Amino acid sequence: MIYREAGDFHTSYREDNQTFPIRFDRYRYYAVLAIAFVVIPFFINDYWANALLLPFLIYSIAAIGLNILTGYCGQVSLGTGGFMAVGAYACYKLMTAFPEVSMFIHVILAGGITAGVGMLFGLPSLRIKGFYLAVATLAAQFFLVWLFNRVPWFYNYSASGQISAPERTVFGIAVTGPNTESWATYLFCLIFLVASALIARNLTRGTLGRTWMAIRDMDIAAEIIGVNPLRAKLTAFGISSFFVGVSGALFFAVYLGAVEVGEAFGIQKSFLILFMVIIGGLGSIFGSFAGAAFLVLLPVLLKVVGADMLGWPTDIVAHFQLIIVGAMIVLFLVLEPHGLAQLWRVAKEKLRLWPFPH
Amino acid sequence: MPDQLLFAMEVTLNGLMAGVLYALVALGFVLIFKASGIFNYAQGVMALFAAATLVGIMEGQVPFSHLINAIFGGEVTHFGWHVPALAAIVLTVLVMVLLAWLVQKLVMQHLVNQEPIILFMATIGLAYFLEGVSDLMWGSEIKTLNVGLPQGLNETIDQITYDAFGYGFFIDNLDIVATVIAGLLVVALMLFSQYTKQGRALRAVADDHQAALSVGISLNFIWVLVWSLAGFVALVAGIMWGAKSGVQFSLSLIALKALPVLMLGGFTSIPGAIVGGLIIGVGEKLFEFLLGPALGGATENWFAYVLALLFLVFRPQGLFGEKIIERV
Repeated sequence: MIYREAGDFHTSYREDNQTFPIRFDRYRYYAVLAIAFVVIPFFINDYWANALLLPFLIYSIAAIGLNILTGYCGQVSLGTGGFMAVGAYACYKLMTAFPEVSMFIHVILAGGITAGVGMLFGLPSLRIKGFYLAVATLAAQFFLVWLFNRVPWFYNYSASGQISAPERTVFGIAVTGPNTESWATYLFCLIFLVASALIARNLTRGTLGRTWMAIRDMDIAAEIIGVNPLRAKLTAFGISSFFVGVSGALFFAVYLGAVEVGEAFGIQKSFLILFMVIIGGLGSIFGSFAGAAFLVLLPVLLKVVGADMLGWPTDIVAHFQLIIVGAMIVLFLVLEPHGLAQLWRVAKEKLRLWPFPH
Repeated sequence: MPDQLLFAMEVTLNGLMAGVLYALVALGFVLIFKASGIFNYAQGVMALFAAATLVGIMEGQVPFSHLINAIFGGEVTHFGWHVPALAAIVLTVLVMVLLAWLVQKLVMQHLVNQEPIILFMATIGLAYFLEGVSDLMWGSEIKTLNVGLPQGLNETIDQITYDAFGYGFFIDNLDIVATVIAGLLVVALMLFSQYTKQGRALRAVADDHQAALSVGISLNFIWVLVWSLAGFVALVAGIMWGAKSGVQFSLSLIALKALPVLMLGGFTSIPGAIVGGLIIGVGEKLFEFLLGPALGGATENWFAYVLALLFLVFRPQGLFGEKIIERV
């Protein structure tokens, strides 16, 4: 009844081409933005920020990044954890080298450095395809983690081998370090997420996105109709790594504060982000959000139900978590291989005709 | 002979032995990949599950005892009997066959004709699931596995090399046993696929699903068979690795060790898995020996991958893989 395009006339090319062509969608989008920017910062507390909102925001950025590479360009990557580590360590080096510069610039530069590293490790994708490539990206994962563990320059020769974020500010408000307010860190991450989503959304609708999708659907055919595979694949690796690097920098500097590379950015992280993309839906920006929300919420929910309500020992809850996550993934693939985004799409189709489907 | 050379020889020998163990895991991957096109990430966790089940049966552990105790109270842990190793191995094989059947029935059957990447994801999900089940069933603490394999320094080799070069090589008995068993396993698998009816059906399915189906081969049966075989290989690998370093979570990470082996040898070739395993085993041990100290050590984590990566740039289908022919 409310969700329909009837009566919504687009009178210019610009209007017809906007991100959300249906009026209801557009208002919903503004409402979500308004709530996220104006309402939540007033009610947020440390528990909500640290347990749910910050991980959701940061993982969403990483999932958008991986979705560009895997969902849009069809190159499976298992090196996300390693690229997040590049973002984190680049951010750390920049933060400590230029203390007076705003955090915004550090995070963006960290993303840029990661993009460079990503393109370097993306080079083999020109020769290697499919599974071979997926395994090849594991080389990036293991090599990068080893590098940050073993070369002291990266962690400024600290005795513990860890990196920890000093206090840095944006417009005089601390966003990293021990004395941060939860609303400040939340807004800082939110701005990055909204910007990432907007950029990703518009990239995937434009020329670049189309070349990616052409490469994904059939690379040889794409090459024949004039898509340059070198450019398409390397831009996908670069842009994807940029987002992943930004999320790695935020994960380290804003969310955790101190990081041990093997623990925070190990192979498990790569799989986690990949699951988010799969469960959310390959080739969908909304899917990245949905997948991240799902996998951030699930452990918290299980912990609340299992440990707090039923009073089971935490190790049993942890085992159940593995079982449930595993079963969920299999179940999703069996029932809906296109992820949560597809459910959302189906729901929207149904809503259009509701309540008179005939 | 200079010491350095002798050390290098010893390292090479040990690398060869380690390579055999990698090849053993890689073999399980190749079997499933050839027959069903599924890249089974869960192979490592299957090894862990098989080894944990074996220990559990031998020790007479009560499955899910931790959970039972948590829900109903009480302190049940063991049945109080001990099963001899051989009987326990047979029982474990049965468990693995059951697992294969369940995987086929509940997961893979519903995913026929999906894209390979979806199948790969499903096996990652399966890996998580199995890991959770294994921990819940048998507990997550480190267990020692003792099925009576010899362990420790092999004195004959030590003596012979000492007489020949004046320096005794250190070679673990277990590695020798593992090499022999891996060799036997490969020969057995080859004989099986060459001379039995099921083996021939297996090769037919690997060659062309539809053609195999049209001459009356049951794909379901073959897939259960393949998963069972992979489960059996996982059990052998689990026993070897478990005896070496205890049955624990890190056992499932051998899957990650097997991946570069597969890339090097090609996903579709059994000899490739073995040659790839040997190259990786020797390569990473020698690299660590020669350059490890200069680079800061622990290069074993990534060397295999980087080697495989460089290799693939020149030969994208691996050493023995089928030539990739692409058409639009």
